[in-house]
Amino acid sequence: MDAIRVEGLVKTFDGFTAVDHISFAVAEGELFGLLGPNGAGKTTTINMLATLLRPTAGRAAVAGFDVARDRDAVRNSIGIVFQEPALDGRLTGRENLEFHTMMYGIGKAERRRRIDEVLALVELTDKAATPVDKYSGGMKRRLEIARGLTHRPKVLFLDEPTLGLDAQTRRHIWEYVRKLNKDAGVTIILTTHYMEEADFLCDRVAIMDHGAFAALDTPPRLKDLLGGDVVSLELDGDPAAFLDELGRLEWIKRSKFHEDVLSLTMERGERRIPELVMLASEKGLAVECVNLRKPSLEDVFLHFTGRTIREQEAGPSERNRGMMMGHGRRGR
Amino acid sequence: MRIHWTAIYVLWRREMIRYVRAKSRIVGSLAMPVFFLAFLGLGFRRMPVPGMGGGAGYIGFLAPGIIGMTLLFSSSMQGMSVLWDKEFGFLKEIMVAPVSRISLVLGRVAGGTTTSMIQGLLIFGASLLMGFRFRGPLALLFGLVFMLLISFTFIGLGLIFASRMKDMQGFGIVMNFIIFPFFFLSGALTPLENFPWVIRALSYADPLTYGVDGLRAVLIGTSSLPVVVDLAAMIGSSLVMLFLGAWFFEKSEGA
Repeated sequence: MDAIRVEGLVKTFDGFTAVDHISFAVAEGELFGLLGPNGAGKTTTINMLATLLRPTAGRAAVAGFDVARDRDAVRNSIGIVFQEPALDGRLTGRENLEFHTMMYGIGKAERRRRIDEVLALVELTDKAATPVDKYSGGMKRRLEIARGLTHRPKVLFLDEPTLGLDAQTRRHIWEYVRKLNKDAGVTIILTTHYMEEADFLCDRVAIMDHGAFAALDTPPRLKDLLGGDVVSLELDGDPAAFLDELGRLEWIKRSKFHEDVLSLTMERGERRIPELVMLASEKGLAVECVNLRKPSLEDVFLHFTGRTIREQEAGPSERNRGMMMGHGRRGR
Repeated sequence: MRIHWTAIYVLWRREMIRYVRAKSRIVGSLAMPVFFLAFLGLGFRRMPVPGMGGGAGYIGFLAPGIIGMTLLFSSSMQGMSVLWDKEFGFLKEIMVAPVSRISLVLGRVAGGTTTSMIQGLLIFGASLLMGFRFRGPLALLFGLVFMLLISFTFIGLGLIFASRMKDMQGFGIVMNFIIFPFFFLSGALTPLENFPWVIRALSYADPLTYGVDGLRAVLIGTSSLPVVVDLAAMIGSSLVMLFLGAWFFEKSEGA
């Protein structure tokens, strides 16, 4: 059985379509990512799956239960960590967890055991008696993740779990999320607008833009769609002969020459650089600079949505070529 | 729909913890009714209240009114606490819990009722210090019934507004244009008999009028309406307001 099954899900707010006919399925035990910029509709999607918002149209089932008709059963099967803190600052860490476990109807002895367990897991045991108002952002986040686990959900939603956290805490949470997914077998759906987060964590990623999915696949396969690494050579001299020669090489998938910079797309670019440099000097060209870029999900995102490219590139023709190439010199 | 007793209890307990920890809020919310009692009660001490027999004096007339006012404000504040939770995100934690919506409403009502009853009793104690005298233990018991019904009515009202509003910004407007008129129209400070007929008609549409009148009837033994009418009106308004509050809360979305 799929942990999540979504068919033609739509949500509109006063005429604005936040989520526009999305369909997907998430297998049990999968770590699934929704990647997209702010306002892409990720949180709205999560909120519908978590029964906080009612879908305008379409159907969605979580753990086999319909999110519109079987709301209590869905709520019983899920845990959710919200994008913005959803803690009561006047209560202590332990009191927040007690509130949660009691709402989920967990008995007293079991409650105490699980709370101690999750507090230890996120290393907050010695802060358990401190009011949450006095916690740092990272501590609040950890407490919320701990809370999402106390009732042992089948499906855990993490909405931007590391937003605004420092690099060290983010790393910490990543490892933790991964462990949870692999060891405890919890199905996890996370939203993020950090490419490296989706890349590092997710089995599969859906790229979301303007309320719809632009692509959905595993991170390596999404990156393969771009055809491999981009090697850029800055050349001095007349490149005609060199370009001619390159045209005969099968392993070069795409090439573009623009303002003395030659950008080539190929697999395993680092192994090809010596060969390219040698070939160039044979044809009487001086190579002044070499640049190798591995494609990231960021390139994939740009490839499918064209969004940042639209903002940064000058002319429309340039834009199209840049999109085709996964362009190597974008200022970031 | 199933009732989840643990959920009601835990919502109530949270409200109690928050109430006890927010000492400044308690003092702040009691200051105004105490000032009303002190300055109006002492200032009009020797004035006879028209239509009031029994020589209870103005403090006798005023104290039930100020108790009613305290209940009105602290109960409608329960709506504020829903909006507060919305603002700080905690409402989502409550809304995703596998608990029937009616249990969430009952938990809110239980917590809100307890805090406003405590506030009302504190003001009751304060009015005793100002010279207010009531008829005896049985009177206090009936008084508590009216206090409960006033709390229910305005917690229901607070829930209606909280469910319809997105954030706390609008709550100040609600306070000024809805809660204050409820207070002034109720005859808490002045006898209804002195109002022109238009305003008096509005007063009879205000549940607090019957609440305050009922409190006067049971505590000091004089009232402008028969106590049975007051009681029936208050039971009716409690049921209607709580039902509407629960209905709007159920319909509201959690995010």
